[in-house]
Amino acid sequence: MDQDTIIINGNHLVFRSGETILETARRNHIDIPTLCHLKNAIPTHTCKICQVEVMGEPALVESCAAKAKQGMTILTDSPKVIEARKEVIKGLLASGYHNCAAREMDAKDWTSFQLTVLKNDGKEDLCPVWGDCELQDLAYRYQVKTRHTPSKECRYDTERANPFIIRDFSRCILCGRCVKACREIQVNNAIEFGYAGDDLKIIAKNDATLKDSDCVFCGECLQACPVGALVPDKAFRDHRFKDTRKIRTTCSFCGVGCQMDVFVQDNKIVKIDGADTDLPPNHASLCVKGRFGYEFVASPERLTRPLIKKDGKQVEASWEEALDLVAQKLSAIKSESGPDSIGVMTSARITNEDNYIAQKFTRAVLKTNNIDHCARL
Amino acid sequence: MTNTIADIETSDLILVTGSNTTENHPVLSSFVKRATLKGKKLYIIDPRKIKLTEYADKWLRPLPGTDIAWINGLMHIIIKEGLQNTAFIKDRTENFEALKTLVETYTPEHVEAVTGIKTGDLVEVARAFAKAPAASILYCMGITQHTCGTDNVKSLANLSMLCGHLGKPGGGVNPLRGQNNVQGACDMGGLPNVFTAYQPVGNDEARNTYEKAWSVTGLPKNPGLVVTEMVQRAHEGSLKALFIIGENPMVSDPDLNHARKAFQRLDFLVVQDIFHTETAQMADVVLPAFCFAEKDGTFTNTERRVQRVRKAVEAPGEAREDWRILCDMAGRMGYEMSYASSRDIFKEIAAVTPSYRGITWERIDKVGIHWPCPTEAHEGTPILHTTQFTRGKGLFHALAHTPPAELPDRDYPFILTTGRVLYHYHTGTMTMKTQGLNVLSPECFVEISESDATKMALDTGAMVAVSSRRGKITAKLKVSSKAVEGTVFIPFHFAEAAANELTNAKLDPTAKIPEFKVCAIKIEAV
Repeated sequence: MDQDTIIINGNHLVFRSGETILETARRNHIDIPTLCHLKNAIPTHTCKICQVEVMGEPALVESCAAKAKQGMTILTDSPKVIEARKEVIKGLLASGYHNCAAREMDAKDWTSFQLTVLKNDGKEDLCPVWGDCELQDLAYRYQVKTRHTPSKECRYDTERANPFIIRDFSRCILCGRCVKACREIQVNNAIEFGYAGDDLKIIAKNDATLKDSDCVFCGECLQACPVGALVPDKAFRDHRFKDTRKIRTTCSFCGVGCQMDVFVQDNKIVKIDGADTDLPPNHASLCVKGRFGYEFVASPERLTRPLIKKDGKQVEASWEEALDLVAQKLSAIKSESGPDSIGVMTSARITNEDNYIAQKFTRAVLKTNNIDHCARL
Repeated sequence: MTNTIADIETSDLILVTGSNTTENHPVLSSFVKRATLKGKKLYIIDPRKIKLTEYADKWLRPLPGTDIAWINGLMHIIIKEGLQNTAFIKDRTENFEALKTLVETYTPEHVEAVTGIKTGDLVEVARAFAKAPAASILYCMGITQHTCGTDNVKSLANLSMLCGHLGKPGGGVNPLRGQNNVQGACDMGGLPNVFTAYQPVGNDEARNTYEKAWSVTGLPKNPGLVVTEMVQRAHEGSLKALFIIGENPMVSDPDLNHARKAFQRLDFLVVQDIFHTETAQMADVVLPAFCFAEKDGTFTNTERRVQRVRKAVEAPGEAREDWRILCDMAGRMGYEMSYASSRDIFKEIAAVTPSYRGITWERIDKVGIHWPCPTEAHEGTPILHTTQFTRGKGLFHALAHTPPAELPDRDYPFILTTGRVLYHYHTGTMTMKTQGLNVLSPECFVEISESDATKMALDTGAMVAVSSRRGKITAKLKVSSKAVEGTVFIPFHFAEAAANELTNAKLDPTAKIPEFKVCAIKIEAV
């Protein structure tokens, strides 16, 4: 046998030095579910979902924390593992207000339940991440039924005081992903675990609302939250079953060039997430402007028709009229006062293709080098 | 940037100057903050006690506009203590002796007198910077927006070359570009003196290439006007028409009073934009354009990475793509410019732009490529100057400190410095459409130190009139631990209290960049 190999579900896999079982598995496209693990952060191992069976070990092992060791033989879906995961999921569902299908329904009723939900969508107590929740997915996958388990009452009110982010503590499973995202990925150090025992809560400094704390609303926590504890204030609640398209593009604010996924419904942006954790330059991080500052795109204040100043007032005009006027005016000024009497300010906001055409137009058509943009401002 | 963003995390020491990174480049600032978690050194040299100072080993506070002095001071100490990288200086640079002679007079005592930076602090940073295996310099407009902006940048390059921190991972002199495609706009020849990839318009060979590629004759050979000069010429009456695309100079230009008069004197003003900005309101013709979410194309980021922009939604009403509007205009003026799509434009760009020649939309479909990328087999260039500089040997420039164009006096006793806040972008035309951002940053403010506020018996929330020799605005006072006595900060986003009514339009002679970071003001209660 080669050095540095482990056997997962019968597959001989090479592991890299220092890698955890979970990392080796994921690199090889073997799915081990987790709720608390966050890539590029130190494992919290709070959720226990990622437990696997390691031959020769008396107890199950948390794959996010255990390092791969030469010759390890691992089972990720043995009956023992599945039974343990079911127990964990059951406990998590009972830990708060998880009124989703998995909690209420037998699997055979799933389809009819979905139809009912579709009919009654918009109901206030339907979880805003229904259908987009990692806990719900797991509950369904492992067929966890919790019909007769009472759920814990939450002593903390939902925080709706902030722009962009709603914090619903009744749905928080205290996995700690948001804390990792805040302290180890963005390093904004705004939130942490507070209180103890049954009172455990994710808090900002002095348990203030996010808007009165050091929070800078980058939304890294929101993106990391596996459940419905952190949701955008404009969740697509009412639209969640509509067709959603996801488009990868580049952010339009500062020069970092973050890669992001834009979610579109009915020709409107409804959400923006950071792209893949593996993708430079931002590795899935975004800032408050990039993540939430997209309302301008669909703003009713957008210009929609050309305007021409007539008698000192700007009035709507057709493209034909506007383009004819500009071409005629520029041509006249060029011939009367010379090409250098015209200037073009191109833009640091438009594409390379647009900019290239702007300088080509200036140099080849207007015949001047009077072209510049706001780089200095 | 000479190096990549990811590279920052691998530096042994990061020197940040003239960059309020957490607010202006938030995601990039995470790389800096994560480096400190790994025990890497971080030094901030900045007139404001910005957020990033909380993560730093030390914050050094220079008086605004004294950057060359402290940079020369660092080099004085490094040379005096023999910490310079002699092999790098010998093999890769020239003119070291001139630099050495010049910085002799920049003793720590002299530097302290000019900048206010304590001798001990300067010595600590000098030693750490020189001894670090790889040190990265990050800078932004706090360095460039001065009448000596070009010399400031050259001085940082001197410092980095002196210690051999260029051309290797974790090093570099790294300007952080403030707008999504400011790098691309420059690369594409959106500048008065160069075609794409910085090929000079005065170069016969370059002009020949373009005349052939574009099937035209008589491309102009004299460099044109920069933005600030266009405004000046409009004021004087020799510039008759302006065509402005996606810019709002009526908020972003220095000395707005002067700029406004200049724009009013134009015979013809065209504004192509997505909103009816302050500038568009003055135009003879306004043309509605697409925004980024409606376009296919590319942006080039601050690390020279060319990345795809993809259409997500349909544009509103009759708005059109910027390039199509310009092509339609060209056709009407007797020159056919016709492209089926922006991908075809990119193909033409690659053909005439050496540093983009190997880039295709297919190649950057998943991950962007850093230019220069001369062939389709080339993987791009994440780190510049690894074996030689663009001109061959790196040239040391012996540069003396020059004071800002306007300094405080009895009538205008405070220094004003301007910039952005986290929640808004440039003139706010885009960010101010998002309600939540307006909640987090609703209005203009005058950031002042506690001691200055106390002296005037004013507190946070008091309305004050701020005036300079050029204009006057009214805004609320904000007492902040970021401010240092004598220096006031005002964000320039807010048209209703535009900081640029106050700023000085004096320019750096080479880069023609205005001195936004230093002018003299007074503050009065209203």
